[in-house]
Amino acid sequence: MATTFTVGVAQVDCRLGDVEANLAIYERELREAKARGIDLLVFPELSLTGYFLKDLVPAVALDRESQVLRRLRELSRETVAFVAGAVEERPECRFYNAAMFFDGGELVHVHRKVYLPTYGLFDELRDLARGDRIRAFESRFGRAAMLLCEDLWHPSAAYVAALDGALTLIVPSASPIAGLGREVLPENAAYWQRANRVTAESYGVHLIYANRVGFEDGIGFWGGSEILGPAGEMLARAAYYEADMIAAEVSRAAVRRRRIVAPMIRDEDIDLTINELLRIRDRRAPAGAGAPPPAPVAARTPMRATTRKLGAKTRQTAKPAKTPRRR
Amino acid sequence: MSAARRPPREFPEMPLDAPELRRILAGFVRNEVRKVGGERVVLGLSGGVDSSLAAFLAAEALGPANVLGIRMPYRTSSRESLEHAALVAEAIGIEIRTIEITPQIDAYFTAFPDAAAVRRGNKMARERMAILYDQSVVWRGLVLGTSNKTELLLGYGTIYGDTASALNPLGDLYKTQVWALSERVGIPAPVVRKAPSADLWHGQTDEDELGFTYREVDRLLYLLIDERWEEDEIAAAGFAPALVRRVAGMVRRSQFKRRPPVIAKVSARTIDHDFRYARDWGC
Repeated sequence: MATTFTVGVAQVDCRLGDVEANLAIYERELREAKARGIDLLVFPELSLTGYFLKDLVPAVALDRESQVLRRLRELSRETVAFVAGAVEERPECRFYNAAMFFDGGELVHVHRKVYLPTYGLFDELRDLARGDRIRAFESRFGRAAMLLCEDLWHPSAAYVAALDGALTLIVPSASPIAGLGREVLPENAAYWQRANRVTAESYGVHLIYANRVGFEDGIGFWGGSEILGPAGEMLARAAYYEADMIAAEVSRAAVRRRRIVAPMIRDEDIDLTINELLRIRDRRAPAGAGAPPPAPVAARTPMRATTRKLGAKTRQTAKPAKTPRRR
Repeated sequence: MSAARRPPREFPEMPLDAPELRRILAGFVRNEVRKVGGERVVLGLSGGVDSSLAAFLAAEALGPANVLGIRMPYRTSSRESLEHAALVAEAIGIEIRTIEITPQIDAYFTAFPDAAAVRRGNKMARERMAILYDQSVVWRGLVLGTSNKTELLLGYGTIYGDTASALNPLGDLYKTQVWALSERVGIPAPVVRKAPSADLWHGQTDEDELGFTYREVDRLLYLLIDERWEEDEIAAAGFAPALVRRVAGMVRRSQFKRRPPVIAKVSARTIDHDFRYARDWGC
């Protein structure tokens, strides 16, 4: 396993609904990344399809037999490892906003966006299915996790990824210009920079944020992709509002140094958190919506903070997935 | 809100000095024009600040040689408007042409000699739109819109007239913001500082006709639209309640001008109801 590697971000524009054209952009960027010595290149959210897809979702989706998927796998063998932003079609005909990690000719891991924003100018939940898991995964570059855009605005998502052992957080995004004020960046972009930094620093992880540029129906994307070190330090930042490619060195050693100095993730009390969340879930059972869904027995039983028992109960409580949906 | 009625408490004001606005708007024009395989735009140059700024942004985005400004005077149009349009075209370095609309407008209204000024103004606005769309074919360029957010929200424009265009870089800028950006990019001062006018008759100004100033109404609209304040909250901030009601009513009643025509749904899949594609889908 490489413990030091060069990660890059391809901050690109793309053509809405034109997967072939965007595949050509991927190929061009991947060849450039290889020439520049980048080991892992991250593309923005939905950069293989365009973002405001609406009724185009089924037309651009990649199923298991997709030739495009095959081509992406080949590209990861011919060039470098990369993270693609695409729509995944599952056998049960659900469509997901997906981040796909390709390496050495294989699709190593897929993250399906959990938090689909459906407010303001966003309407993702209308057209896409909601992912139901956040998992770290093993890669040639160490344990990593992917979160898609809005996922990172929910602190619990990064928390789960970090506790699952991720040393690197990969965050493809399609963040629009919204609320341009007196600063160079709009309000939401300033928030992104704060959230990225706090996340990297809180959990002692490298964070790779890949945002788009270009316009769709007048809505612009502000770019500003960045690579942060595990103390929240800026290792590289792309241009605002223009296409760019950035790269930085990421290493386990940097994470190790940080976690020795600031071992918060080691000290995290997972039992306490689970107990409190179960209590809160019970308390929040919706009023007036009939009887609350039956909580699993384990959920009502206060857990003791013994790791062994906890492991068993966690599995029990996770399985029924009766959590009332908030929307 | 009169000058004497100062707001009793703090309220948020629209930003006037966004440093990247010029770059973002020029980027928008470049991106949306090139994405459809084009290189050029055409727009009506009235000599006013909106079309001057739109022309400037387009020249910055595409190069001055790819921007055509057309003056379309009626016989009552002021000489100053024509001169200002020429001044701006020269300052930006774009080509300017002049196409009179008097013959066709007068020909039409010989049948309706008693037509009111509003009808005449609307007819002129639609004639100018028709000319721009015709010239866009010859020029092989998209029609660039120049309506600002204030006009669009108040409905102070002619539907299928000056509000019609292929793309509009100014539609999310209040008039006050148009002035600020125009000053910053160096639109000639006489154009920025003169009273805004539709120039339909001598001495007409927008602010006389509307009954409030753009600076007043923009602060009000910013709270109502951008900050989502309730009408009574805006009144409590010091704006005259009657003005708040009137402006909110203008926004509501002009909604039709900002939407495509209503389509009666009978099929399973109807344009704009459940046939949903971004405009950029067509690129």
